[in-house]
Amino acid sequence: MRFELMYESFFKIIEGIPLTLQVVSISTVLGLALAIIVALMRISGKKSMSIPAYYLVYLIRGTPLLLQLYFVYYGLGQFSFIRESILWPILKEPYWCGIITLTISTGAYSSEIIRGGILSVSKNFIEASGALGLNKIKTFLLITLPITVRQALPAYGNELILMVKASSLISIITLMEITGIARTIISKTYAPVEIFLVAGSIYLIINFIIVLAVGLAERKLGTVKAN
Amino acid sequence: MFEVFSFGSSGWGDEMLMGALMTVLVSASSLLLGILIGIIFAACKLSNIFILKIVANTYTTIIRGIPELLVIYLLFFGGSGAVMYIAKIFGYDGYIELNAFTIGTIAVGSISGAYSTEVIRGAVNSVHKGQFEAGKTLGLNGYGLYGRVIFPQVARIALPGIGNVWQITLKDTALISVTGLVEIMRQSRIAAGSTHEPFIFYTAAIILYLVITRLSNILFDKAENTYSKGFVSKGAL
Repeated sequence: MRFELMYESFFKIIEGIPLTLQVVSISTVLGLALAIIVALMRISGKKSMSIPAYYLVYLIRGTPLLLQLYFVYYGLGQFSFIRESILWPILKEPYWCGIITLTISTGAYSSEIIRGGILSVSKNFIEASGALGLNKIKTFLLITLPITVRQALPAYGNELILMVKASSLISIITLMEITGIARTIISKTYAPVEIFLVAGSIYLIINFIIVLAVGLAERKLGTVKAN
Repeated sequence: MFEVFSFGSSGWGDEMLMGALMTVLVSASSLLLGILIGIIFAACKLSNIFILKIVANTYTTIIRGIPELLVIYLLFFGGSGAVMYIAKIFGYDGYIELNAFTIGTIAVGSISGAYSTEVIRGAVNSVHKGQFEAGKTLGLNGYGLYGRVIFPQVARIALPGIGNVWQITLKDTALISVTGLVEIMRQSRIAAGSTHEPFIFYTAAIILYLVITRLSNILFDKAENTYSKGFVSKGAL
């Protein structure tokens, strides 16, 4: 064990934490919005809405994230109409390609969590709120949504951890976050075990904080019996 | 547009299919290694020995909390060193280099092993206590009890979970393309680079993955039906 090297590389690797957290938080927020839209499309009961949503989820869940990342970063840039479009300043940046890919990925996965949460809300609640004179939008915002949040929170916590793990892939498209820096140090010093321990502990700490925060949120909201 | 997928030396069709075959092979061997690891660590978790529990819990926590890519880097850069270190203890002093397939199988297998551990542990827990007691009453122990009575029941309950682990494993093998193993991901990168057609090759790779997941879904459904004969089906509940 080269402890001195571990000590030195620790300070280099923590410089990657802001980028990891930034990418994770931006794509989580955007992905959550996408997930709600996809989940509502799937349970809308209209085939023109639910079928595209189903296939989006199927496509994202059936293919590796790395492939999706390559597809967005390398694949889309092949076409001149994309290179000439107004989107190109965004699509040529690995940073935004990473965020777009992670957003779509977490959007698809979380939409299943949210769909499960919405479907778990008992019909009785919806009927009761109708009887109280609440319209559809109010019922969704005041009854369905709060229960869904509580139902979906544990599974969504897992999804957040998966996002932190998934964000390591953007190091492959040249972004220097935790894993990217760790990889650079490994190939310079050839000390894989030491660097793995340092970078791995940082990830474990981040994920541990997420577990604690989600646990706290769960306790604060309390659990509700869906039926 | 599709002439790039022709077979033989002029196109990439046969290379892409070989890549798909490699993906299936490395996924299958990783899954098997993972199940083996899963059985061992599930046994550790279910045992009453404190230190074994700690070891198994540390393993699953680390694998589930650390990016797969980091684990793959560890084994890719450190795997040969570790093997040589172990070989040295047994008196072999030469240079050993593991090939990409072995490294990939070990890396993805140890990731998939963490998920298999939980699946198998859950399945063993769901076997009724009476089954253990009845087996013991009949004078069975060791292989007789676990191999002939408990295992068939665990296998049936664990099968859907193992199906999920298979999907995760299949997708994780894409990551070992960074170590140079020529599977779907690596092959489509090579083809995209040499033909300057990244879009079409990555689309082909997406289709190959979807076909593999679809086919394996069908196979797992069939296996589940076979092993659930005589049990109440999901629809009837």
